[in-house]
Amino acid sequence: MEAWFALLVGVFFTVAVYLMLSKFIIRVLLGVAVLGNAVNLLIFTGGRLMRGVPPVIADDAQVLAGPAANALPQALILTAIVISFSFFAFLLVLSWRAYDDLETDNTDEMRVAEPVNEPAPPLGY
Amino acid sequence: MLLIFLLAPFGGSLLVLFFPSDQRGATAWFAGAIAFVCFLLAAGIYPFVTAGGVLRFELDWIPELGLNLTLRMDGFAWLFATLITAIGVLVVLYARYYMAAEDPIPRFFALFLAFMGSMLGVVLSGNLILLAVFWELTSIVSFLLIGYWHHNAHARDGARIALTMTGMGGLSMLIGLLLIGRVVGSYELDAVLASGDAIRNDPLYLPILILILFGALTKSAQFPFHFWLPHAMAAPTPVSAYLHSATMVKAGVFLLARLWPVMAGTEAWFWIVGLAGLSTLLLGAYFAIFQQDLKGLLAYSTISHLGLITVLLSLGSPLAAVAAVFHIVNHATFKASLFMAAGIIDHETGTRDMRRLSGLFRYMPITATLAMVASAAMAGVPLLNGFLSKEMFFAEAIETHLVNSLDTITPYVATIAGMFAVTYSLRFIHSVFFGAPPADLPKRPHEPPRWMRAPIEFLVLACLIVGIIPGRTIGPFLHTAVVSILGDRTPDYSLAVWHGWNVPLIMSFVALSGGVGLYFLMRSYLATGIEGPPVFRLLQGQRIFERVLVTLSWKWARSLEQRFGTRRLQPQMLLLVFLAVSAAAVPLFRRGFELPPLVIRGIDPAFALLWALGIACAVGAAYQAKFHRLFALVLLGGAGLITCITFVWLSAPDLAVTQLLVEIVTTVLILLGLRWLPKRIEESRPEDIPLRVRFRRLRDFLLALAAGGGMSLIAYRVMTQPTPETIASYFVERAYSEGGGANVVNVILVDFRGFDTLGEVAVLSIVALTVFALLLRFRPHPDSQDIPLQQRVQNAFDDDHPDRNAGDSIAEYLHIPSTIMRWMFPVTGMLAAYLFLRGHDLPGGGFAAGIAMSIGFLLQYMAGGTRWVEERLRIHPLRWMSIGLLVAAATGIGSWVFGYPFLTSHSQYATLPIVGKVPLASAILFDLGVFSLVLGATVLMLIALAHQSVRAPRAHARPARTEREAAQ
Repeated sequence: MEAWFALLVGVFFTVAVYLMLSKFIIRVLLGVAVLGNAVNLLIFTGGRLMRGVPPVIADDAQVLAGPAANALPQALILTAIVISFSFFAFLLVLSWRAYDDLETDNTDEMRVAEPVNEPAPPLGY
Repeated sequence: MLLIFLLAPFGGSLLVLFFPSDQRGATAWFAGAIAFVCFLLAAGIYPFVTAGGVLRFELDWIPELGLNLTLRMDGFAWLFATLITAIGVLVVLYARYYMAAEDPIPRFFALFLAFMGSMLGVVLSGNLILLAVFWELTSIVSFLLIGYWHHNAHARDGARIALTMTGMGGLSMLIGLLLIGRVVGSYELDAVLASGDAIRNDPLYLPILILILFGALTKSAQFPFHFWLPHAMAAPTPVSAYLHSATMVKAGVFLLARLWPVMAGTEAWFWIVGLAGLSTLLLGAYFAIFQQDLKGLLAYSTISHLGLITVLLSLGSPLAAVAAVFHIVNHATFKASLFMAAGIIDHETGTRDMRRLSGLFRYMPITATLAMVASAAMAGVPLLNGFLSKEMFFAEAIETHLVNSLDTITPYVATIAGMFAVTYSLRFIHSVFFGAPPADLPKRPHEPPRWMRAPIEFLVLACLIVGIIPGRTIGPFLHTAVVSILGDRTPDYSLAVWHGWNVPLIMSFVALSGGVGLYFLMRSYLATGIEGPPVFRLLQGQRIFERVLVTLSWKWARSLEQRFGTRRLQPQMLLLVFLAVSAAAVPLFRRGFELPPLVIRGIDPAFALLWALGIACAVGAAYQAKFHRLFALVLLGGAGLITCITFVWLSAPDLAVTQLLVEIVTTVLILLGLRWLPKRIEESRPEDIPLRVRFRRLRDFLLALAAGGGMSLIAYRVMTQPTPETIASYFVERAYSEGGGANVVNVILVDFRGFDTLGEVAVLSIVALTVFALLLRFRPHPDSQDIPLQQRVQNAFDDDHPDRNAGDSIAEYLHIPSTIMRWMFPVTGMLAAYLFLRGHDLPGGGFAAGIAMSIGFLLQYMAGGTRWVEERLRIHPLRWMSIGLLVAAATGIGSWVFGYPFLTSHSQYATLPIVGKVPLASAILFDLGVFSLVLGATVLMLIALAHQSVRAPRAHARPARTEREAAQ
């Protein structure tokens, strides 16, 4: 089972990296979305795979009875989900604005700050 | 007391800034008063430091690093502090008249006082690190003061050179001081001074010595780092008089003298310091002869005198150290007065060029007389203070300290340099004050205002008195200072004017007569008016410095950038991923990576199916991303759902809930925005794709595969290892007893790591605000303004049927679902409340509830349209966000009221004062804040998007259609 899960994580990462290597911001964006999932799953492996034992204390108990899933990675992932959502929303809106202002979604053509044929600055005094 | 002493100038500096710039008098009076108070304080402290007494003040700053705010005043520091404050008072008085009306006076005096404070800090520091801090402060303030007339290019260049040189020296000195701290085990000056032998015998001694000497020699403008000082003369003259003759350049020799008991006396010290000092002494004096600028002459003379002090300190004999301290004081008095005199000449005639000045004696006889006395002191004429210390120097020079060639030539070099000193002093006086009346001066020269001359009068009087009766005047103070450096090694010395006929006296006479002779020999050459000494003028420190700087910071940086840099994002990403993969692979490869045996069997078929689906979704999304974005998006959502289901089955219900909700919002966001992104690219046939593109794709794919494969391996390796003991068990054990909740994950979030959560929701609100701001001025791109095909069809249908009005079809479109969606609002509200309330004990929580609630709003927007919703509901996302943030923060701060750390949760049914037993965890309040904030943030983002449809497009406005569009 672990092997398959590892494969899933690997595929998610591969897809994310491949998409992020693209020139077009929309694909980079999709890549970022997948990357969020991939990273969350990877963090999840830190708590190992356990079935059907959520870290919730039973009504009449003071502590968890018996083994349960590791709560710490879950808490971290919960934070990570929120942050990656924020990050994604920000990137998305930023790319709209970029497309709106620069009229292109190709990162190679986004050359406002550094025009292609920019003359070199003076080379000395 | 010491703290007040140190803080007064800094405080004054801040206050001065608030003076209006036309109040020159008041500003100067205030600055002068501060300086005078400091001087009085210094005078008041004197009884405490006599006979080796040391005044201390300690304040823990960062004791873990051995960094304490230790102030320490002994006799030597006292002498320096007095010098700094006394000359400070005089220079303030002088500057009051010197500075022009259009100069920003408050800035000048603020910097001036700040400098005074930093310089006092340097001499008072009882901790090496503190010393380095103040040392750098003097460099920075000096930079600002040299560049005070920043409209002048020379001033800017001079400031830059000075900062680079002294700053570089300061950094190297800091390293040296850190090394000393390592050897000694403490940065406290007392401890360092007590362990001289340990430092001298340490293998690190030589590096320490070189590093510290680099700092001291650059600060004191010693050859070959001397060239910044002449360029610093672009500063206003009071600054030159104060910083560049009396105080800051003395910081280097101060440090040498301070560390003299610890570092001096070795062969290396003798050679490095001696060689630097001797060459500076000689070259500085030689260069000074050939300067055409009055201040330039004085600057080189300062360099030469600093060299003299350095030589004295290099000798390693106690008597030489006495002479060095004495000369520091003497030089400060006569050089400051000379600078002020040069400033007066500049001020009253409009030029400092000696080729244009002559015969000024008849216009300003008093100033001329004062300048003559001061330069006689500089030349070492008997009955003036300069003579005494120079005599001591000659006496030390002829002593044999170490048997080597440097020691042998010292007396000769000293005599020649003395001769040069006489020559340039004579030149200064003769060419400026005597000779024919000046022609074509910018101003008609006259005596300066009465009080502008007063500081010079005072200093010159000091020169005279010290020169005639040294033992009664400076004697005790000098003794106090010397005892504090040398302790019980203090030698017997006499400050008498007359020591009988001896070799030093003969050397003095040789220097005097030789100097006068040399001046008359060189008059014809000097009259040609060439700037700079013969031969050496070709070797310009500044030019070398500029070259080095341009090469380092510009050419090399440029070529590095051109060679390795790219301005395109894609290769940057490629490099980044490549580096990341290699950074992970290299250590794994070197340390060995043993892969546990692969267990493929034993998987639940459900999981196998689920994950196969996930893999298919992800791969499909990547494949479709270019041509079918909607399809890619759907697949992406599929991958997200698979993650979500995985979480459910693998005992993480909280994650699943949150993931599901976030996935929904994300998808809506993309769908809403997809319209405004560029149209998709038409698919090209496989055989049309150029080879280069295929290669690039293959390369990207291989790299992505390497990254993904590596992650797989790491994940597998992690999962096949037994869980080590982690802090997780701490949380699990205390979740109920201390956090008061049964859902461990939620307790961690709102209680144990509540601060993290606070930061996280703050990030979310920042993002929401940014999105809001970014979309405020956003107008859809023209190519996405056309009404979608479906609506066009619907409109056409309306147009074709005479019984229908335009827009009817759109209004009726999906009528039933939208009705249901409207009715869903209370249900979603209920769900959110449910999620919220059960959060602490069962999966759920404020975050999930907030997102769920915002989905409720989202549904309303989708069902009814922006206008419909906003006519019926009051939505104030900004207000919700602020309330949320305030509630969350207030919950945290509330625990302070009860004396607990920030965000401590009161949950174990603790008896709070007044309130009594509280059955509810206070964490629920915090969660409420999170809920409100998340709701506000999400709704704000979605509304900002939704409002785009109501906005008029930027170009090609078609009012009728946009109205209809708004109704969708």
